Amino acid sequence: MSNLDLLVDSLSADLRPVRPLAPPSMRTLGWFAAVLGLGAIMMPFADLHAVAERLHVPDLCVAAIGAVLTALCASFAAFQTSVPGRSRLWALLPLPPLALWIGASSLGCLRAWIAPGSDIPDGAEIRGCMTFLVSVSLPLSVLLVLMLRRAAPMRPNLTACLAGLATAAAAAALLVPFHPHDATASDLAMHAVAVSIIIALNGLAGGRLLDRGALRI
Amino acid sequence: MGLATTTMAGFDRGLYGPAARPLLAGRARSSATGMDRHGRSAILLEDALSAAMTAAQAGDAAAYRTLLRDCMPVIASAARGKGVRGEAVDDVVQETLITLHRARASYDPARPFLPWLRAIAQRRAIDALRRDNRRPKEVDDAVAYEAHADDSIREATHGLEARESETRLAQAVAALPAGQRQAVEELGYRERSLAETAALTGRSAGALKVNLHRALKALRGSLTDARRDGDV
Repeated sequence: MSNLDLLVDSLSADLRPVRPLAPPSMRTLGWFAAVLGLGAIMMPFADLHAVAERLHVPDLCVAAIGAVLTALCASFAAFQTSVPGRSRLWALLPLPPLALWIGASSLGCLRAWIAPGSDIPDGAEIRGCMTFLVSVSLPLSVLLVLMLRRAAPMRPNLTACLAGLATAAAAAALLVPFHPHDATASDLAMHAVAVSIIIALNGLAGGRLLDRGALRI
Repeated sequence: MGLATTTMAGFDRGLYGPAARPLLAGRARSSATGMDRHGRSAILLEDALSAAMTAAQAGDAAAYRTLLRDCMPVIASAARGKGVRGEAVDDVVQETLITLHRARASYDPARPFLPWLRAIAQRRAIDALRRDNRRPKEVDDAVAYEAHADDSIREATHGLEARESETRLAQAVAALPAGQRQAVEELGYRERSLAETAALTGRSAGALKVNLHRALKALRGSLTDARRDGDV
């Protein structure tokens, strides 16, 4: 009996019924519900009056919408690319909202330099934002990675990038009610760091954090 | 039983081909009219594998066993399409089946099965090619291994040849007339100047030059003759 015969026998013997995974759209909504849940838990600590005021500033409002859309599109693309045989072109989906988010945030940066009355954050505030983003990103990315691992990403690095982008965008959207000042370059830097952390984690795992099928050789 | 009835050794070189037919034979014979037999077979294969996978998700072990065997030619073909050759194709088949098993919940019964399977197979084929590139190349050919000249062999051979050349040269020099031999030994071997040699031998510098010139011409002739006779 050859190795492949033995393998087929052992895999057949190991067979247990499985429920097919829900479509990527449903799984995206599931993850986003968790994001909203986290936001609801934190909401009592937010200064809602200040939020309403800031959302009246066009570029801050657009940046917030861009972040939410980026989180939705990037997580949807991540779930799509986690299923074998789906097009990798799904990875392009979050690019338009990402452009909106980065563009609007960049406008905020410019305004901070040009307008003298802008509230520019000091070192302690930047550290506070960084802590917020990382501590919100971490549970969201752990949840997203666990959900993605239930599928079988054939391009784990691409899926990890999309997952990183989704969690970073979600954390940025959640940050809006707690942000004590206008959008600045530090925001973008923080988001870049958050994305890098997720990608680095996947890299440390040898690209196998998401690729369960890869043999450990 | 699909592939179960065929030999499992050596999956390269098209041994999968005939084995895939039993699954299709019943339906394909009745429906293929010759118009587009190949396309129809592909559709039937897709339908059969898709149905088997859906049954396997529900826990049907027999359908799963058949499915795994019938997936093998598809996987092997995908692996070869990516450039995997020889025994490595078997490795890709094995790893793809393991991935298929772990990822079977990610198959959506509402969608085609073959693109799902091929995506996994192609990924494992790329992994195999990457692994192969990282490994040092082994020499399997015994003749090539024996004929491979490593440094110590090259040095030893070089030394032997050098000694043989020296012997042949010494013999050719010994065969020269006394005057020419003296010129070669003093001017060539001992690297004396013309004046020193002239003083030592009592011959004129011009005579030494002529003797050396004739000696070299004679040596060139005798050594060339020896090489042509197959001495070397």
